[in-house]
Amino acid sequence: MKVRLWGTRGSLASPGPDTVRYGGNTSCVSVTGSEGGLLVLDAGTGIRLLGQYLAPDLTCVNILLTHLHMDHVQGLPFFMPLRRPGVEVHIWGPASTTLNLEARIKRYLSPPLFPVRVRDLLSELYFHELATRSIEIGEFLVSAQMILHPNPTVGYRIQERGVALTYLPDHEPALGCQTFPHRGEWTSGYALAEGADLLIHDSQFTTMEYQARPGFGHSSIPDAIRFAGLAGVRQFVPFHHDPSHSDDQLDRFIAESLAELQPPFEVTPGMEGMTFQLD
Amino acid sequence: MSQHEIELILARHLSEHLAMPIFIVDPAGDLLFYNEPAEAILGERFDETGPMPASRWSTIFQPVDQDGKPLSPDDLPLVVAMTTHRPAHKIFGIRGLDGAQRQIAVTAFPLIGQAERYLGAVAIFWEIPE
Repeated sequence: MKVRLWGTRGSLASPGPDTVRYGGNTSCVSVTGSEGGLLVLDAGTGIRLLGQYLAPDLTCVNILLTHLHMDHVQGLPFFMPLRRPGVEVHIWGPASTTLNLEARIKRYLSPPLFPVRVRDLLSELYFHELATRSIEIGEFLVSAQMILHPNPTVGYRIQERGVALTYLPDHEPALGCQTFPHRGEWTSGYALAEGADLLIHDSQFTTMEYQARPGFGHSSIPDAIRFAGLAGVRQFVPFHHDPSHSDDQLDRFIAESLAELQPPFEVTPGMEGMTFQLD
Repeated sequence: MSQHEIELILARHLSEHLAMPIFIVDPAGDLLFYNEPAEAILGERFDETGPMPASRWSTIFQPVDQDGKPLSPDDLPLVVAMTTHRPAHKIFGIRGLDGAQRQIAVTAFPLIGQAERYLGAVAIFWEIPE
């Protein structure tokens, strides 16, 4: 399984000289399986560049949305395969009791928010709703579960040939906990992350910033490391960086957290363009 | 290790911050948690009782109606909420695990998550002074 980060920023795209290394595009990760199957995790602004890299003869792609906040869907209409006739595009996302997934995406992909409508896209579009279940997509076993974040949000665990990737880009498992981490069975996201070979997890805030923003749906870098430790992951990727954090600040915040907690697993700060080969 | 659904996790966290007695069961009706204010009425700390099946918690507190007659488990508000997936309310007596007889009012409601997932039920209760 090959994993590539196309957008690592949270909340708002933030290009500029201070975000060159970690990147300014919002959440998007591609996962390529051993048989060539492709999963796209979230459709933040990073998905535009991914679309340009994909082979023009691509016939099928699955996009797994964790939720529909703008930083996770804004790149969708700029993903070239969506505009190509004959390409089968499956969009998966969290179920809601109000509108179905297609109707909720149409709220964004319609005037006045956007000039192009869903019906104007030339690909064959299919929408699928998820809450807590496992599905097979090509060579992948994909498990989804609702996780703690405002509005319906799912996290994903993707397994193939004995390796597991867990993707929890927007997640606040410490919310409401009197002590964190709690036991695994009482911790949001635990079942998805337990023993994962690679965990990509929300690390938006410093501890001080988090104290001023409980309930925003995001984690501090130290809490994300604690969650990774509770889950016993092999490698942890801090992700969904705050748009106000520069490259130098992120270097410092992550280094300070690692010095404080000294986790027994590898920590690789998520940077745009970074790839991981899981075998 | 399995993990509880986030709605149950949030319910537990919320109950730990509230001063109202709260009792939480899973979809099978098994007790998952009761908070500190509930411990004062049920007569034992949750750390000591731990989780227990519905068949045990529905009888261990020896519920009786307002005439002192034994109450069927099916008539308990929490069991009604579990079986009908609708809120229920009743006043009845229990004998706490400390041996004390208490009159309580119980309001129970089901937890139904996105995609119509039935996740369990919650009872909020309070003691009615003699």
